[in-house]
Amino acid sequence: MTNKNTTPKNKTGIFIRLSRYILEQWPLFILALLLTLGSNQLSLLGPRYSGAAIDAIELEGGVDFSAVWENIGRMLGCYLISALLAYVLSVVMIRLSQRIIYKMRKQVFEKLMTLPVNFFDTHATGDIISHLSYDIDTINSTLSHDLVQILTSAYTVVGSLLFMWQISKPMILIFALTVPVSLLFTRYRSQKVRPLFRRRAKKYGELNGFAEEMLTGSRTISAYGRQDVIASRFNKINDEAMNAYYKAEYNAALLYPTINLINNISLTLVAAIGGILYMFSQNGTILASSAFFITLGGVAQFVQYSRKFAGPINEFSNILHEIQSAFSAAERVFDVLDEEPEKVDADDAKELKEVKGDVCLQNVTFGYTVDKTVLKNVSVSAKKGQTVAIVGPTGAGKTTIINLLMRFYDHQSGEIRIDGIPSISIKRADLRLAFNMVLQDTWLFCGSIYDNIVYGREDASAEEVYAAAKAAKIDAYIQRLPNGYDTVLSDDGVNISKGQKQLITIARAFLSKAPILILDEATSNVDSRTEIQIQYAMTALMENKTCFVIAHRLSTIQNADTILVVKDGTIIEQGNHDELIRQGGFYYSLYHSQFR
Amino acid sequence: MKWVFTYIKPLRTRILKGITVKIVGTVAELFIPFLLSYILENVIESNDVVKILVFGGLMVVCAVAACLGNIIANRMAAKTTMMFSVRMRMDLFSKTLYLSARSTDRFTIPSLESRITSDTYNVQNFVGMMQRMGIRAPILLLGGSIITLLMDNKLALVMIATLPLIFIVVYSISRMGVPLYSKVQQSVDGMVRVVREDAQGIRVIKALSKEHYESARYDKANMTLRQNETRAGTIMGAVNPVMTLLMNMGIVAVIAVSAYFVSQNQSSATTVIAFMQYFTLISMAMMSLSRMFVMFTKCAASAKRIASVMEEENELALCDDDGKGDPSVHISFENVSFSYLGKSNNLTDVSFSLKKGETLGIIGATGSGKSTILRLLMRLYDTNEGVIRIKGKDVRSYTREELTAMFGIVFQNDFLYADSIEENIRFGREITSEDIEKAAKIAQAHDFITSFSDGYAHSISTGGTNLSGGQRQRVLICRAIAGKPEILILDDSSSALDYRTDANLRKALAESLPDSTVITVAQRVSSVKNCDLILVIEEGAIIGCGKHEALMENCAEYREISDSQMGGAFLDE
Repeated sequence: MTNKNTTPKNKTGIFIRLSRYILEQWPLFILALLLTLGSNQLSLLGPRYSGAAIDAIELEGGVDFSAVWENIGRMLGCYLISALLAYVLSVVMIRLSQRIIYKMRKQVFEKLMTLPVNFFDTHATGDIISHLSYDIDTINSTLSHDLVQILTSAYTVVGSLLFMWQISKPMILIFALTVPVSLLFTRYRSQKVRPLFRRRAKKYGELNGFAEEMLTGSRTISAYGRQDVIASRFNKINDEAMNAYYKAEYNAALLYPTINLINNISLTLVAAIGGILYMFSQNGTILASSAFFITLGGVAQFVQYSRKFAGPINEFSNILHEIQSAFSAAERVFDVLDEEPEKVDADDAKELKEVKGDVCLQNVTFGYTVDKTVLKNVSVSAKKGQTVAIVGPTGAGKTTIINLLMRFYDHQSGEIRIDGIPSISIKRADLRLAFNMVLQDTWLFCGSIYDNIVYGREDASAEEVYAAAKAAKIDAYIQRLPNGYDTVLSDDGVNISKGQKQLITIARAFLSKAPILILDEATSNVDSRTEIQIQYAMTALMENKTCFVIAHRLSTIQNADTILVVKDGTIIEQGNHDELIRQGGFYYSLYHSQFR
Repeated sequence: MKWVFTYIKPLRTRILKGITVKIVGTVAELFIPFLLSYILENVIESNDVVKILVFGGLMVVCAVAACLGNIIANRMAAKTTMMFSVRMRMDLFSKTLYLSARSTDRFTIPSLESRITSDTYNVQNFVGMMQRMGIRAPILLLGGSIITLLMDNKLALVMIATLPLIFIVVYSISRMGVPLYSKVQQSVDGMVRVVREDAQGIRVIKALSKEHYESARYDKANMTLRQNETRAGTIMGAVNPVMTLLMNMGIVAVIAVSAYFVSQNQSSATTVIAFMQYFTLISMAMMSLSRMFVMFTKCAASAKRIASVMEEENELALCDDDGKGDPSVHISFENVSFSYLGKSNNLTDVSFSLKKGETLGIIGATGSGKSTILRLLMRLYDTNEGVIRIKGKDVRSYTREELTAMFGIVFQNDFLYADSIEENIRFGREITSEDIEKAAKIAQAHDFITSFSDGYAHSISTGGTNLSGGQRQRVLICRAIAGKPEILILDDSSSALDYRTDANLRKALAESLPDSTVITVAQRVSSVKNCDLILVIEEGAIIGCGKHEALMENCAEYREISDSQMGGAFLDE
């Protein structure tokens, strides 16, 4: 993520963290290992029986059919079992990788839920989605395809090295020369390519972010006929992302063929030096007792094994760039997992039960960024059952007060107290549940209308839900829908207007029993006839509750116990309607500009 | 899958070049083991150091050729893949923007989004992999088959007989696989949907302490995805073992048949041994083909999803005008009825007409169909019955460009994107900074914009979350009027403005855009009371129509709304 990109984590850190996920699934992992060994071993046995069968064909006295059939039977058995094991292996692998991927997604999402609101305010939704889809997908394909390959490679490499050691120790020196070269080169290249892959993953994230943002506005874009302009902006980002892809691939393309070259050169060296050694062994220059002595069969076998030895190294360098993109993706995933969560509640954080609802702000100062203060020295208090109306020009910091009350953001200095307890020392969940909130920006999720309403209080009975919908004057509308309360609200659905959405959120609020109520332009999208109809219910809702109201309806403001007139982050006037009118200040002029 | 080729076609010479280089590299690479066995079998025993070194040198030459060939070919492949996917994604994205509103509703935005991202990545991966790894296997397969045929055609035919079998099996498995992977992508949509919703609604979730509830909701989508992926993987995992098994069965058959031939003296054991060598080569090629098959299946599922967007009818089709309209009337609705879902009517028998420069106000309850009227006028949807005309011509006879050029519009809850205020107003059109400033003054936005230290260059965050509701609406109004539209549509776009600002805005609009026909949808009577025509809508039908004074007299509902608001509303500023 942006704020941490400057410090790339070291590779081993990521490697260890990834391995941990694999090791957690150790039963499946070990099973996969055993299956790999088993099926490889069996597929190696097959050729041996086929050799035996051919030997039986090659007999001087004609073909020994019974021996041929016997070996053919064995071959069939080996191949059948080997295929079966291979299939079980792939099933095990898909389960293993899916478990890991599932867990990663779950962890990332649960992490997201713990992150402060600020994270969502500062990151594009599409980029957040990209972590859970593209990045984790990349890890997935490496896990399910490449993991087994790497493991079998290790097995083959070690095995063939042992065999080569037995045949000719001096010739192994060739590899003592070429293998370190390969390793160093791989290391050098992968370090070089790594930032390119990191950039690629980041660019994909940006691409996803932009696509998401623009699709959200697709209706406006087409209403203005701006498709081509937006598309050309998309193209720029698309070009950049694909360029990052190209650069990464371009540079990664160097590795595999070069390693292959090194391996082929060592193979040539093995053949040439082996041939020469054999010649000297033949003519007696090298004694049979010497370590350099080698037979023709020895040379042939050594070549065979060195090919086996080199194969996996080649393969590894071939899939290395997949591994690297997986690493870059993992890095991005881990970055989210390492994001600073909302500060954990202190151990001695107080539980908040039976809240009365006295709220008190004292000299509260806050800015979203350190250099810009949005609220300066705000003090206000509201006793249980009182209503505080917040009035002031747009952008003056009204919504910020609510952000602070709910602790979406923490104030920088001063104190907010609920029932006399500083809100910072209250458990967040308890604090927030003490509030009931209806916001201007309605939020509903893809689910039934019933689920969306009952969201306000899960233990509410069906009757309570219907009653809440009735109080919010949305029941009749819902009843008219073909599926009633079971109607699924799909995103951006056409046949539900913004006002109806807001009524549903109001119904949701009616269910809550929280003692403090926040209404931020709660009825801004509701037409005034409906608003009047729900006014009675709203009044009932506000009764006996401490209310913070941002509104432009005079009746609401006039009846408030305290009116805060906020301008440029400070409270310039404070008092009830009559007092403020008497003061003849900003509020007075506002009032009179409206109702002369 | 066919559309993929339309993207490959312009790149074909490039791809062919790349493939040629790749073939050279691959053949050089395949020569190495050949040379190696030649050295072992013939050269070493000749006891000739020079000869050993010559052949060794030849191997090195081949190795270098293979290395260079692969590097160059892979780089070329990366380039063509890049060019391919740039174009594919570009076309898909702009196609998505050109989709009709109905199609967008049907696909849903999360699904369109994952088509543009996740699905195009799948296709891109496959195209890239095909070029990098798809050459070697066919060469091995072809070369191996030819050599075996030359060696012993009867035995070779036994082996080749297994190939159709392999093909049938693999084909039927991948046919099962495609719908499974389509399902996987669908569940990706489902997962994306939850993340998207929650990122947008994080405040509500936190306020209600619903983090666990949301985690459970996500978990459901995540689990579905896991199950679908596991299912697809379990089926596709069979490809490789089945393929290998059938190949090995071929070997067994070859040995059995050769035993018979040898006993008949029609073949020799040495040919069988050599035969085996090539057989292993061929079966290795089959293995890597099988991996490509799995990738192909995944790619085909994604390609299908992309194709269904690409093939979608772009816009509503153009119709001929019937010539019955009156060109002097700017906008007219004639007995218009409409339904979104084709079940019950959302609008019933709506008729009205407006002259150029007149103003129309639409007022009515939440969900009564006010916005629907606007959507039909802009032809985001077509009417079910009745005709809508602009300047006497049926809206269905205007091209999309002609239509959009006429309108300036602010939707309810309209969208702002991460860029400067100026760019958000300009919205990619050719509008001078002076005009933007002029528009901002009319929209009562100039003052707050200039109060930012960086003025019009002030950047807005995604969704405009760093502006207040009223500020957002004014920036949007700027956008609508900066293009000097013939028809200005304001759909509930001043609800967050205080009454004074709203009134100033109305006054400025009337003065500065006297020729524009203005349509205002509002909930406040004060926003529409000066309109030349006011429609009162209830449940999709016009229940009142006329000027403010007339409606106050004849329309009970209108009076009720008005009474409720007079003196009842206050300020925000």
